[in-house]
Amino acid sequence: MTTQEFLISAPARGDRVLLGPPGPVPSAAGRFGEFGGRFVPETLIPALEELEAEFRTAWSSEPFRSEFAGLLESYAGRPTPVTECHRLSDRLGVRLLLKREDLTHTGSHKINNVLGQALLARRMGKQRVIAETGAGQHGVATATAAALFGLDCVVFMGAVDVERQALNVFRMELLGAKVVSVSSGSATLKDAINDALRDWVATVESTHYCIGSVVGPHPYPWIVREFQRVVGEEAREQSRVILGGNDPDVVVACVGGGSNAIGTFAGFLDTRSRLVGVEAGGLGLESGKHGAALARGVPGVLHGARSLYLQDEHGQILEAHSISAGLDYPGVGPEHAELAASGRAEYHIATDEEALSGLVLLSQMEGIVPALEPAHAIGWLAREVGKKVPLGSTVVVTLSGRGDKDAEQVAQRLGAELNK
Amino acid sequence: MNLEKELRAKRDAGRKLLVPYVTGGLGGRWTDVVRAVADAGADAIEVGIPFSDPVMDGATIQEASQRALEIGATPAGIISQLETIDVHVPLVVMTYYNPVAHAGHERFANALKASGVDGAIVPDLPLDELGDWAVAADAADIETVLLAAPNTTDERLAAICARSRGFVYGVALMGVTGERDHLTKQAGAMGARCKAATDRPVLLGVGISNASQAVEAASSADGVIVGSALVRRLLDGGGPDEAAAFVAELRAGLDQSIG
Ligand SMILES: Cc1ncc(COP(=O)(O)O)c(C=O)c1O
Repeated sequence: MTTQEFLISAPARGDRVLLGPPGPVPSAAGRFGEFGGRFVPETLIPALEELEAEFRTAWSSEPFRSEFAGLLESYAGRPTPVTECHRLSDRLGVRLLLKREDLTHTGSHKINNVLGQALLARRMGKQRVIAETGAGQHGVATATAAALFGLDCVVFMGAVDVERQALNVFRMELLGAKVVSVSSGSATLKDAINDALRDWVATVESTHYCIGSVVGPHPYPWIVREFQRVVGEEAREQSRVILGGNDPDVVVACVGGGSNAIGTFAGFLDTRSRLVGVEAGGLGLESGKHGAALARGVPGVLHGARSLYLQDEHGQILEAHSISAGLDYPGVGPEHAELAASGRAEYHIATDEEALSGLVLLSQMEGIVPALEPAHAIGWLAREVGKKVPLGSTVVVTLSGRGDKDAEQVAQRLGAELNK
Repeated sequence: MNLEKELRAKRDAGRKLLVPYVTGGLGGRWTDVVRAVADAGADAIEVGIPFSDPVMDGATIQEASQRALEIGATPAGIISQLETIDVHVPLVVMTYYNPVAHAGHERFANALKASGVDGAIVPDLPLDELGDWAVAADAADIETVLLAAPNTTDERLAAICARSRGFVYGVALMGVTGERDHLTKQAGAMGARCKAATDRPVLLGVGISNASQAVEAASSADGVIVGSALVRRLLDGGGPDEAAAFVAELRAGLDQSIG
């Protein structure tokens, strides 16, 4: 056997994946400024303490980190490339780079976090994992990791989302997961999290709750950020190579709960790049039908964390609205609330229509069909060049997922127009 | 009224304590339900202030909360209606932390006091996060009842018992509220552990669904909280009479059990 053959068949050791050193640890009480915390029923406290201790040990242990990096490389397909968009850059008048999370196994950044949490579940000896899902991407990723690790998997999904993301429901079932349709409340992501928490209160001793974004009680926002920071670490180094050693002027990501955005931002916090999160503007902020918790939310407590939430004058949580199931959430992760408060990141919105036109634009100019979620980031950029984004800027956008899951929904909205 | 004093006195007199739960704002006659339940033998009454996302509640109380919200229930409205209820037993509100934080700790605590409420249960506000609410509640003389769960460590249980006011709420199973066919083994163990940890009254709640389960649970504690089984009767169209009949049944069972 030649050396070359040996190299080709050697197992991936994760050397190509840029994990970077662990990021800052939140305060003991799990606070990011005034946000975060652990507002949960007493029954969940022991599990959260166990998870925190387990993660603390694991995340500083070399064997855990290299196993994680190995999985990210050999299973998830990392590092994902950064693609320079020449045609769209010319059209818009900026230099646009995309961080291609759409090219990971299962088609979105969600897989990064899920592989890390599956490793933690195994370390804790938990045989069952549960998850919530909006767009279905996190559910698919969790079902995938559960199959890989031989774990039982139950995914909670709002009935509305079961309808609009039918393909992903089938994928989860194909992977051996059970999908529970949740019809309480607004029957979307918020309610799926409620039911996952209720299940967990009953099963916590044998079950790991694999939360899909930087939301929920401490230590989740911290853990999920750390498992997603690989996106930003890689993107920073890759874009420096393309940009002749410079950091991009602007870094943009869409924000549902905020995991792809926080993972991206984590790599650029110490640079001079502007950090921009794009929330779901839905039918427009004035319509009241949107998912813009940073733009219109007020401080409150939901799903275990103090953060910004859309709520009425009595403190009841409002239903969010977005064309994209993954952004259809009335809250946002606590670290984003803090980044907004400190001014380190800025948050803007793109409407349903702008997201759709962003999706078409990227498809037709670059041959890349984005998921509806990151299409918000593209739509925002297309709107803001020459305004919030000066002409000639260098811009990195995290393309958090691919558009296959949305094909049917987009066909319904656009099919007629495209056929004309 | 002082919740803990009342409950202690009754317990020390040899009575098993009964605390029914009623969802505030559920139907036009909910205040009559509270009165009827008081007359039927409750030792204190827990009134739920509905929240849009009640994660500690099973299907029955979720539905009751949603119905109440749909017909316009608000925290402020319920609290002010509580003022009109003149019963001879202490009133405790049960709600989630967001409506409390949204109103403001002091404002919420003071509003409760002004309406004659004695205690509060906030299940998503554990010991470690009590902070400002505890300060405001103590200042307004609102007793904050803390929950202990079957998987709570001994060390933490001691701290919970020490910080709880009014009584200690022992969660009788691993799970959310809702009726169950049987009492779990965890109920007896929970009662015994809490009793060994504190001299405050210890009530078991969550899942206790009928008189025989109430008797069984109360044998390891000072009494029980019964929620979903009562609320289901209200959701099924029952009013003050049906609620009172059920509570009387529970009362009779508990009274007989001590002979
Ligand atoms: C492709 C994609 N992007 C973004 C999101 C939003 O989540 P987050 O804000 O946590 O990245 C989702 C959620 O389902 C998603 O599937």
